[in-house]
Amino acid sequence: MQTTFTILLDGLSYASYLFIVSVGLTIIFGVMKILNVAHGGFYAWGAYSAAYAIGLAADLGFPDWFGFVLIGLSSMGVGLVLGLLIERLILRRLYDHEEVIIILATFGLFLVLEDLILLVFGVNPYFAYQPMVFLGSVELGGILRDVYSLTLLGLAALVAFACWYALDRTKWGKILTTVIYDREISLAIGINVNAVFVWTFVAGATLGALGGAYISPTLSVAPGIGIDIIVLSFAVVVIGGMGSIPGALIGALMVGILRAVAVHKFPEFELFVIFVVMAAVLMVRPEGLFAPVKARRI
Amino acid sequence: MRKKTLKNGLKMLALSVFTGVSVLASPSLAADSIKVAVVSFLTGPAAGPFGVPGRNGAELVIDAINEGAMPAPYGSAGFGGLKLEAIFADESGGNAKQVAEYRNLVEKQGVDAVLGYISSGSCLSIAPVAEELKTLTVMSVCGTPRLFEDSDWKYTFRTQAHAVGDSVAAALYIRDQLDDVKSYNGINQNYAWGQDSWKFFDIAMQKLIPGTTASDNPQFPQIFSGQYGTEISTLLLEDSDLIHSSFWDGDIEAFVLQASVRGFFQKKRFISVAGASAVDNLGKRFPEGTVIGTRGEFGILVRDREGELNEWFINAYRERYGVYPLESSYQYAQSVLALKAAMDKASADNGAAPDTDQIISAMTGLDFTSLAGDVSFALGKGHQAIHAVGYGITAWDDEKDKPTVTNVKIYPAHCILPPAGQLSEDWLAAGMPGSDC
Amino acid sequence: MIRSALSDATIRWTIAGFLVLALVGTLFPNWILNNTMFGLAYGLAVLGLLLLWRTGLVSFGHALYFGMGAYAVALLERYTGATDIVMRLGAAMTVAGGTGFVLGFVLRHYRGIFFAMLSMAFSMVLYGVLVKTEALGSTDGFSVSQTTILGWQPQSKYPLFLAIVGLCVIATTGVQLYLHSALGHLTTSVRDNEIRVEYLGYSVATAIHVKYVISAALAGVAGGVMAMALGQVDPDSMVNWTVSGELVFITIMAGPGSVVAPFIGAITFEFLRTFAFELAPHAWQLIVGGTLLGIIFFMPEGLWSLTRLISRKREKVR
Repeated sequence: MQTTFTILLDGLSYASYLFIVSVGLTIIFGVMKILNVAHGGFYAWGAYSAAYAIGLAADLGFPDWFGFVLIGLSSMGVGLVLGLLIERLILRRLYDHEEVIIILATFGLFLVLEDLILLVFGVNPYFAYQPMVFLGSVELGGILRDVYSLTLLGLAALVAFACWYALDRTKWGKILTTVIYDREISLAIGINVNAVFVWTFVAGATLGALGGAYISPTLSVAPGIGIDIIVLSFAVVVIGGMGSIPGALIGALMVGILRAVAVHKFPEFELFVIFVVMAAVLMVRPEGLFAPVKARRI
Repeated sequence: MRKKTLKNGLKMLALSVFTGVSVLASPSLAADSIKVAVVSFLTGPAAGPFGVPGRNGAELVIDAINEGAMPAPYGSAGFGGLKLEAIFADESGGNAKQVAEYRNLVEKQGVDAVLGYISSGSCLSIAPVAEELKTLTVMSVCGTPRLFEDSDWKYTFRTQAHAVGDSVAAALYIRDQLDDVKSYNGINQNYAWGQDSWKFFDIAMQKLIPGTTASDNPQFPQIFSGQYGTEISTLLLEDSDLIHSSFWDGDIEAFVLQASVRGFFQKKRFISVAGASAVDNLGKRFPEGTVIGTRGEFGILVRDREGELNEWFINAYRERYGVYPLESSYQYAQSVLALKAAMDKASADNGAAPDTDQIISAMTGLDFTSLAGDVSFALGKGHQAIHAVGYGITAWDDEKDKPTVTNVKIYPAHCILPPAGQLSEDWLAAGMPGSDC
Repeated sequence: MIRSALSDATIRWTIAGFLVLALVGTLFPNWILNNTMFGLAYGLAVLGLLLLWRTGLVSFGHALYFGMGAYAVALLERYTGATDIVMRLGAAMTVAGGTGFVLGFVLRHYRGIFFAMLSMAFSMVLYGVLVKTEALGSTDGFSVSQTTILGWQPQSKYPLFLAIVGLCVIATTGVQLYLHSALGHLTTSVRDNEIRVEYLGYSVATAIHVKYVISAALAGVAGGVMAMALGQVDPDSMVNWTVSGELVFITIMAGPGSVVAPFIGAITFEFLRTFAFELAPHAWQLIVGGTLLGIIFFMPEGLWSLTRLISRKREKVR
């Protein structure tokens, strides 16, 4: 019972983290039809800039809670700067290329972003533990847990709610839905598709950076942290259905809980199981478990 | 038209080939110097705690020997009279990358010998290539005993005692110093070093403290994964009294920070085989009362020990780099000293400028003095060093406002390592004959 | 058969080109020989990807076969002690080709991004198994000892190099002949209009399946060659998704122009990487990634388009 509860909690907090990172990827794919490998770069940039800022603030004597402000600021900064630069300067020139060429271009971007990190932040790892220490721990299911990891659940719920609200309850959401269904018709009825693309990309990049920034206090931020998260978020997005936000939620939950069960019970299957499920979903239901309904065009 | 395209393609091929030839650097070897590559992690999670201090330790000792500024017995200038020209290379990127990089160092940059390597993975993959390229390679830190127990190498030496010594010394220390350990578990990295460390620790515990039980669910996260939330939950849920870990790079720091917040160190005794770098790097955040090792008479365990070489090393290192030398600084310096001792001996036997074979025969089975203790190449047909290994318990020294260790106990080599010619696993299974500590 | 092969100009020039490479190879110092062998290994894998790309398919998972080939060589040695080049390459090709044959039944129904993703998922399954299994070397991988050639242990790298060049000649000739066979001519037609191909009485699925198996076998051989040339296999530099990305990268860099293009592209890539790494150890990925973007922007047909540029210039001069 205790074990089940712990596995569930570990799984949920890992799933929340995966969801925050993956939802940006799925939004970008849904709207722009781009599978963005550079998403791992946004994640890494978010983690590095937050860790750097938190460390700096601690040295300057700012209180520990200020770290949360910095996490928000740095993810928005990264999303805005990198998102705008990359969309404006590179991606918009490639929209008429084959989708695999665009994937490859984002792979090139990912490599560039990786090394820019080394050039800007250096080669040593960063530890930004202050926010985690600040929140302390609480006993749940017989063991102590750090409150910080539990707040991931809240943040994920907040992100999910914000996405739902923005898409379903605002004018912007209606416009976005139109663009998702049919780009040409949207153009024809006077929607500024260009602007939709820019802001979608910035929003997606910000979410990727937020994932990295928020998780950074709980790990050592070191070169190469973006590599594994890309395939993991691909798995999440593919399992749930590329372009679907509820899909990303389901995908993240499945991957998170599977991984927690594996680590607790069958450690050697930790990585294997995630990709077996990904392959199985692709074989049985290629469009994913929660694919968005496709408008039929003739 | 089509033919022409192909002809041009061919030309391009030929052109790229010839550019390749023209940039080839011909290795020139000045007769009064020897070129040595020093390989350690210069980037990534292992750079701060291990790679850079190791590199610095090597650099300091190399410079001092070149100038003849070391205390006795290393007071003579040069390595067998030769100046050592060091180039520093990065160990990160995985085994295949390291093999390619090693080939580049030897065949492109023309180094005469290679020194270093921290990860057991690097060592296992480099040794066969060293043999193929006939290049003297002195390994500094890596721990897996498989290196010399699975094969014999002519060109490879290791100045660090292997993991069996660390594991047996750990079990001995637990037997001697902690009296409340009934059960234990481990968290180790999923590669040669972590797997071997846990395996040998487990056997040694069973032999030395009968009645203790090992958990059936030891944790093996991937190296450099940096995030241990789920693993910490698993360990906390179990009722093992003691957790063994051979984490060594940034992973130990990440683990300690994440585990501290969750009250891990109040609930469990923790023994860290090679995590002493974190004691210095984390300062007050490192939990007091942790059993800590440095895989030898190195680093924080010998920080207050007297002795001309040791004091010189600590002072010179602090003066140059502004911090205390860590475990890997000692380990790299030890490799440089082995090279110095062997080359001095070889040039005394053969006259000036010994060749690789002469250095190898001088180094085989050599006994030499390290910074804080003696070392001899006693295992692996004279290629694998043995030396004493110590452990202590972390504490915070309020007076000096720095971390320290108490209850230091050093176990001599014959108590913790198999005799020559016996495989570690057989020796452990036989109940460690000859070990009388 | 040989005569008909030699009547093809591409094949004649390809053979001549590799012959030149083999001759020039005698002058190479070892490090250039090594890097050229790495390049040729990647070239073989890219040759297979080129075949798929001409059909409009891009696999983001060919590290699966590359890694299988490499591990086949390492495990064969570990469990039987065999180090002979024929057995090594035979094992690499059989394991990879066989797996490709089985997975081909599934993958032949997929196109575009789904094909790319499913290939990636398969390759990551292998990665997950290798990394976590101690008997398969986990993250360490295995060393691979020097290759023997029919019982003979060469004292230098050149014989292995020569054998690999020979292998490349066979592979390139084979692929070129295949492209000019009836089934091969379907390649671009499948990309342009699948339904038309079906109406012509051919099975698109079968055509794709055949290409997939060929490309898997080639990638397997490539992995085997890499293992022999390097002397080490490990999951991160042979099976991880970044390897698949690199292979696709070289494919795009080389361009679909010719069966020789993969080798020129791969050797260029290998030397670009070596020099970038030496000049700027912290910025080599930046250089490589930047090159990739540059090629996508300015050379959509890949490096091969350079040759056309050169010949156009010369025509003008005349």
